[in-house]
Amino acid sequence: MNLWNKLMCYSRRHSPWLFHMNGGSCNGCDIELIASLTPRYDAEQLGVRLEGSPRHADILCITGPVTHNAVNAIKTVYGQVLGPKAVVAIGSCPATTNVFIDSRTLDGPLNRHVPVDVFVPGCPPRPDAIIQGVAKAAEILAERAAKKLPVAPVVMPLVGPGCDGACSCAATTETKNEEVQA
Amino acid sequence: MNLFLELQTALARLLIFPGLLFAVPAAWFFLWVERKAVARMQGRIGPPFMQPFFDFIKLLGKSTPPRIGIAGLLMRAWPLIAVSAAAGAVGLLPVLPASGGFQGDLILLLALLELPSMCIIAAGFSSGSIFGEIGSAREAVLSVSYNIVFLLAILSIAASQHTFSLQALAQLPSSPLRWLGIVAILVCLPAKLHLNPFSLPNAEQEIYSGPMTEYAGPELAMWELSHGLEWVAATGLVATLIAPAFTLWWVAALVFVALCFGLVLLLSVVAAATARMQIDTTVRFYWQCTLIFAVLAVASALFMRFRA
Repeated sequence: MNLWNKLMCYSRRHSPWLFHMNGGSCNGCDIELIASLTPRYDAEQLGVRLEGSPRHADILCITGPVTHNAVNAIKTVYGQVLGPKAVVAIGSCPATTNVFIDSRTLDGPLNRHVPVDVFVPGCPPRPDAIIQGVAKAAEILAERAAKKLPVAPVVMPLVGPGCDGACSCAATTETKNEEVQA
Repeated sequence: MNLFLELQTALARLLIFPGLLFAVPAAWFFLWVERKAVARMQGRIGPPFMQPFFDFIKLLGKSTPPRIGIAGLLMRAWPLIAVSAAAGAVGLLPVLPASGGFQGDLILLLALLELPSMCIIAAGFSSGSIFGEIGSAREAVLSVSYNIVFLLAILSIAASQHTFSLQALAQLPSSPLRWLGIVAILVCLPAKLHLNPFSLPNAEQEIYSGPMTEYAGPELAMWELSHGLEWVAATGLVATLIAPAFTLWWVAALVFVALCFGLVLLLSVVAAATARMQIDTTVRFYWQCTLIFAVLAVASALFMRFRA
């Protein structure tokens, strides 16, 4: 039984299927999400598949500052994704409503309506940051399903322009800044 | 004693090779080859080797929405029927040299090959989703068009060899007429396996996942498995028709696997290199262009038979 659980946990981490949803986004983040599946970034290496139906998905990727029109749709689709599931907020809009803050057409940020697991900041975030966020979400999903524990939301580090590596970008930029200051 | 031995070999064929124990890993392997080949054609690296297996295990661990009433029961039943039919079709393939007993029947094999697509049609309609219904309607139209050619091609092979027994068909020497039939079957395979240019029922840019839109968790895992098994059965059927007869069982098995692999690669490359056709263009392609060759093949087979 323990072996089965381990295998299940490993499979969940290595097979995240995405459902992409636009919550009133300007399309900038949507383009970057699609770019992460293209030959240059190739998220399929991590087992990522973009699914057409929320019933098939594990991870709900939501872009945009959540307009009044989008709220009910987001809640419906969140209900249609079956557990274990995770939510990734892509871009700065779903996290803070970004430049649209205090707009009367908005009902954001996203975590007022559905629990968000990973925030990927950026306007728009780079495709490698999105892939990193999805991998983190798959990890959270597998952990939560195995231990039945609530996991606190994660804010991914901001990946700077001109950065090619997907992983320790924030750490290297910090050390570079320190070096410059010294 | 003889009956016991026959029963033993029949069970070994159904459960070990080319049956379940071989067919399920082969299904996952072919699904991986398909995705990897498409990725390489697009200049990507593609999924890791174990990806279809991980997908299957993950889907088994997901929950399903509550399914109520007869429609719910049917929705749970269709993927299971599809998997068992496809597995049965693989088990019937005459890969190994004959050893008496049940020789395999072409008509039974064709029925089992057709059952998964019937299940897909029924599944889309019983799911009640508008995308599922459109996908099912497309699958029904598609199967009416390609099946005529597919059945005529197989009929021409059977008629030219005077038999419906699979074992005999696999062992008879090949004739030019048989190659005509094999080419006709190959033209039908992309439609049977829902690949580009005939990937109409599951056209994800138009109707999401088609008949599979409402399916989730273990049910979806069964659909993926039945799709993989269909790959093994369909390419396996062509492989047994192409392969010459061997007396050593392991040579026969190796040649069978190699031929299947080559066919999967060929179909995946064609799928990656083409775009999806419209439904009316597809129907016209099968009814106008391909049907003529199939009718010619059957006519010449019957003609040759009467002359002989």
